[in-house]
Amino acid sequence: MAETLTARHPLEGHRDQLEALSAALAPTLALELGELVAAVDLRVDPGSGGADAVEQVVGGPLPARPDTWTALPAGQALRLGPDEWLLTSAAARPEDWEFAVDEAATAHGGMAVDVSAQRTVLWVRGSAARELLSTGCALDLRPRSFPSGRCAQTLLGQAAVLLVAHGEDDLQLVVRPSFAGYVVDLLVDAAREFPPSRHRKETP
Amino acid sequence: MSRIEGYGRVDRSRTVTVTVDGTEYTGHPGDTLASVLLAHDARPLGTSVKFGRPRGIGAAWVEDPTGLVQIEEPFPEPMVLASTVEITDGLVARGVNGQGRLSDVADVARYDHRHVHCDVLVVGAGPAGLTAARRAARDGLDVVLVDDRPEPGGTLTGTETIDGRPSREFVADVVAELAADPRVTHLQRTTAFGHYDDGLVLALERRERGASRQRVHRIRAARVVIAAGAIERPVVFEDDDRPGVMLASAARDFLHRHGVLAGREVVVFTSDDAAYSAAVDLHDAGAAVRVLDARARVPEVWARRCAERGIEVSADTQVHGTLGDDRVTAALVGAERREVPCDLLLVSGGWNPTVHLFTHVGGRLGWDPALGAFRPAAPLPGVEVVGAADGTLDLAGCLRQAGGADAPHAEEEHGEPTMVLWRTAGEPARQFVDLQRDATVADIARAVGAGMRSVEHVKRYTTIGTAHDQGKTSGVVASGITAELLGRPIEDLGTTTFRPPYTPVAFAALAGRARGDLYDPVRTTAIHDRHVAAGAEFEDVGQWKRARHYPQPGEDMTAAVLRECAAVRTGVGILDGSTLGKIDVRGPDAAVLLDRLYTNMMSSLKVGRVRYGVMCGNDGMVFDDGTVLRLADDRFLVTTTTGNAAPVLDWMEEWLQTEWPDLRVRLTSVTEQLSIFAVAGPRSRDVVGAVFADLDVGNDAFGFMSWQDTALDGVPVRLARISFSGELAFEVAVSSWYAPALWDRLIEAGRPYGITPYGTETMHVLRAEKGYPIIGQDTDGTVSPHDLGLGWAVSRKKPDFLGRRSFARPQNQDLLRKQLVSLLPVDAATRLPEGSQIVHLAEDGRLPAPPVPMLGHVTSSYHSAALARPFALALVKGGRERIGEVVGVPVGGELVAAQIGDTVLVDPEGARRDG
Amino acid sequence: MQLIACPWCGPREELEFSYGGQAHVAYPADPAGLTDEQWARYVFFRDNPKGPFAERWAHSAGCRRWFTAVRDTRTHQFVSVGPLAGSEATP
Repeated sequence: MAETLTARHPLEGHRDQLEALSAALAPTLALELGELVAAVDLRVDPGSGGADAVEQVVGGPLPARPDTWTALPAGQALRLGPDEWLLTSAAARPEDWEFAVDEAATAHGGMAVDVSAQRTVLWVRGSAARELLSTGCALDLRPRSFPSGRCAQTLLGQAAVLLVAHGEDDLQLVVRPSFAGYVVDLLVDAAREFPPSRHRKETP
Repeated sequence: MSRIEGYGRVDRSRTVTVTVDGTEYTGHPGDTLASVLLAHDARPLGTSVKFGRPRGIGAAWVEDPTGLVQIEEPFPEPMVLASTVEITDGLVARGVNGQGRLSDVADVARYDHRHVHCDVLVVGAGPAGLTAARRAARDGLDVVLVDDRPEPGGTLTGTETIDGRPSREFVADVVAELAADPRVTHLQRTTAFGHYDDGLVLALERRERGASRQRVHRIRAARVVIAAGAIERPVVFEDDDRPGVMLASAARDFLHRHGVLAGREVVVFTSDDAAYSAAVDLHDAGAAVRVLDARARVPEVWARRCAERGIEVSADTQVHGTLGDDRVTAALVGAERREVPCDLLLVSGGWNPTVHLFTHVGGRLGWDPALGAFRPAAPLPGVEVVGAADGTLDLAGCLRQAGGADAPHAEEEHGEPTMVLWRTAGEPARQFVDLQRDATVADIARAVGAGMRSVEHVKRYTTIGTAHDQGKTSGVVASGITAELLGRPIEDLGTTTFRPPYTPVAFAALAGRARGDLYDPVRTTAIHDRHVAAGAEFEDVGQWKRARHYPQPGEDMTAAVLRECAAVRTGVGILDGSTLGKIDVRGPDAAVLLDRLYTNMMSSLKVGRVRYGVMCGNDGMVFDDGTVLRLADDRFLVTTTTGNAAPVLDWMEEWLQTEWPDLRVRLTSVTEQLSIFAVAGPRSRDVVGAVFADLDVGNDAFGFMSWQDTALDGVPVRLARISFSGELAFEVAVSSWYAPALWDRLIEAGRPYGITPYGTETMHVLRAEKGYPIIGQDTDGTVSPHDLGLGWAVSRKKPDFLGRRSFARPQNQDLLRKQLVSLLPVDAATRLPEGSQIVHLAEDGRLPAPPVPMLGHVTSSYHSAALARPFALALVKGGRERIGEVVGVPVGGELVAAQIGDTVLVDPEGARRDG
Repeated sequence: MQLIACPWCGPREELEFSYGGQAHVAYPADPAGLTDEQWARYVFFRDNPKGPFAERWAHSAGCRRWFTAVRDTRTHQFVSVGPLAGSEATP
């Protein structure tokens, strides 16, 4: 019958629009779709040794401090709560990633659940990236307060988002796919505040 | 023409043309509508709201109670102060006669919002604010400085000397220093209009350029410095509302800011020192000036300056009234009401510190007798009030207070204290206190006579302080006059409450980006574009857009739904059920948790099986329902209704975290991880079998209420035999990444069977024909499982679960509780409107006179293809006992007869679910 | 817009939180053993003091953890914020 079942990015329909906008606003602003990557929600008691076991499997350290993230060989480990992490991998298949992390965690009373399709990634880049996000996000996004290595679950407009700092001009926005269209519309609308040329920084 | 050479900071090299009340006027960049009108001696502007008295310009900024205009171009805006409108070419305005009017065209402008964080927010860029901002910046802090006027400097006219140099040079130096500091944001034309908890200040920026017309800054500051200045206070006298009566500081402002002399023959009536500088400056600019000082002693330094200029000063002298028609022609002086000709009567009764932002967050005010005004009485944590806002009225004191160790220096001035004078002698009915409201001393006297003792009550009785200016000039005066009338000290009365916003803010600015499509998030499923392509009409279910039906050309909703229903009952249909909430419940105690949350027993569910479950609140009322799949001994997949996805997860987390933390269970939302399609109808097995050729979809291998995992092209897929229509049906769940591809595959495979996409409306009809309730439609939080006929889903074996104890309450045992039943209109033609009341059907078939006892109401109502007639579900008192009874439903004035029946109307034997 | 100090995430705007009512109202050990009045008191009645009040809050838009806070109902000021419910873990 048909060819192989293919995955589709939740924001596929916005790709052209975002590419055009990013080209017009460079280097002030760029909005880029993140790749589809495997992701699990890991729940494990940090005192149980489960975190250590998971670190062995994912090949990197889990962040110890609240609202921070660490890099994994092919992904990220983001601390979402006292006993909760989001672990991503661009190399593994979702079901394999879930199985591997889950196996390590369950031995210590933890668990991992595949949430690969539960989250969509949008990159917000450019010299005005933080300013753009500040149109809808109440967090203190000054680079000193939200430096690279930090992450936060918060609100952007009326959508729940996970905001991840990779650099002063480089931020990652993780949002549920059903809200992704709203978030893109909101940011594209806000981007009209940033003229293509002669942009100057207006707020800290 | 009253434009004076050598004065003002407007750009005289350029001309701007505006139209007011049909007349063209020219001005310059830097002018306001008020200064242009004064420059052309063009007044009055309109008439007052109650008495139709002429109204002109009374002040130079937001405190003006009278100079209102209606802006027509470039964008219609009602009731704006001429003194705050910066002129632009093509501006069209007219004076307001009485009330303004709202625009009847949509606002096409854009409004931006920004969240800003800083260490120090300074409100006001006068000498105190600039000094405070510079000090904070030199301390290396993140500073935001906002000021509502177009240019910084506050009341500095340029005639003052700071650090030995002209004050405007001081302003330019500080502004340049701040501009060079990357940690400082300095915004003019930005009004801090509200101060809230934890250092949050909202400020409205009026933008000259950029994509948006205005921007609201939500500023979160560790420290807020209020340097908002002070507002001059008038003295109330007879006919004090006549155009040409103006605050003394305003005339000085118009002169130094715009180079406009507001009058040629000027009388200055004052009870404090500050008005003398207006007298001297206006004299020096060419006006004939005389000063009437209510005080017995004239300040020495000002007496000398006036004498040098030949300005006549009279001590112990008061204005009691005015003469004139459209404008003042004379002041009536003293008890003998001596006529002193003038075309401008300047008034000053002292200064009220601008304490609004201080009081918004609960700052207390106290009466300062030396100052003759209310000022901050006790410090607030995180808030600092400096300069005139704190009652420090002299320049040297402002700089000292705001500047710390390296405070700039200005010469001390020594004068006479302000005399507190609320009003002079005269006819109270013509002594205007709130000029915009046409409220007088007589109105206050009436309020006091009616027993009002609090200024808050007087305010509401007289409306003083409720206009566009919120009593900026009239509020404290009204307190003072009330105190006099009551014979009590003003400190006992205090002021009315200052509430945000400080100046009017358009709703559009507050809404910002949250308008139109962005008003509320629109949530869509992974295959939304498939629905659009199939011509779906959508309905809002919470924030979701769900396909409601898929009309074909020429079909209305009724026709489309009948066709879709028929397809499911006779062939095969497909529904996007992806919006259902889904929760992964994991852990050794998962079954224990679900046993406590659901009315049913879930621990007895076998792996591979599915069970319908009902959740109640502690009050025993149905909260949600859905299916539960047991994936493993320690793992369940719970589905919730679309609207309750988040509330159910929150509910489960709440119990787990706060009440039963000992349970080893963890909850994960997978609502959007999985897309679910319902393939329903007698031919659904053919379609599912064709797509999943490896799977035995026969009834023996794959029975009702069981699930199986499989894969399609290596992608994991879960199928479940769940039916919400009574027909043979499969729910197909897949990672949402693959949802579009799988949907296409199912449509393709179903084509030989005429597979029909169906929407939520069809789904509602199909389930209602089977008597399946929809939580939130057929229930309203007062309906128990037993009321719905779901007693079978309530465990009798479990010792306890949430809501169980409430079932035994007498209220829940009442035989007359409303119960879910079906209603069949006897005429087999009328579709009963949802929400209709149900009443006894009298012999004559007519609605009796009220009160009419209500038996219940219609909760769901549809046309049924299977029954070939309309039907309804209803909650009826003692409904199940009444089955067979005919009741009345008022529809459009008529009473429609309808028969109560059992809820299951289609396939009561359940023969169709296995195909 | 108040700031509420989530024990895990730190101070966030109140919009991110949901309110859970009075704290320390335990689910009765034996509901069946209670009189109707005792049960109704548990289900429907809560304290409403003027002054400090122990409440449950959830950081719904953040880490989704519940915690107990003492808030002064006269001023809305948070007097103290307790540890996360159901977790020994602290930042």
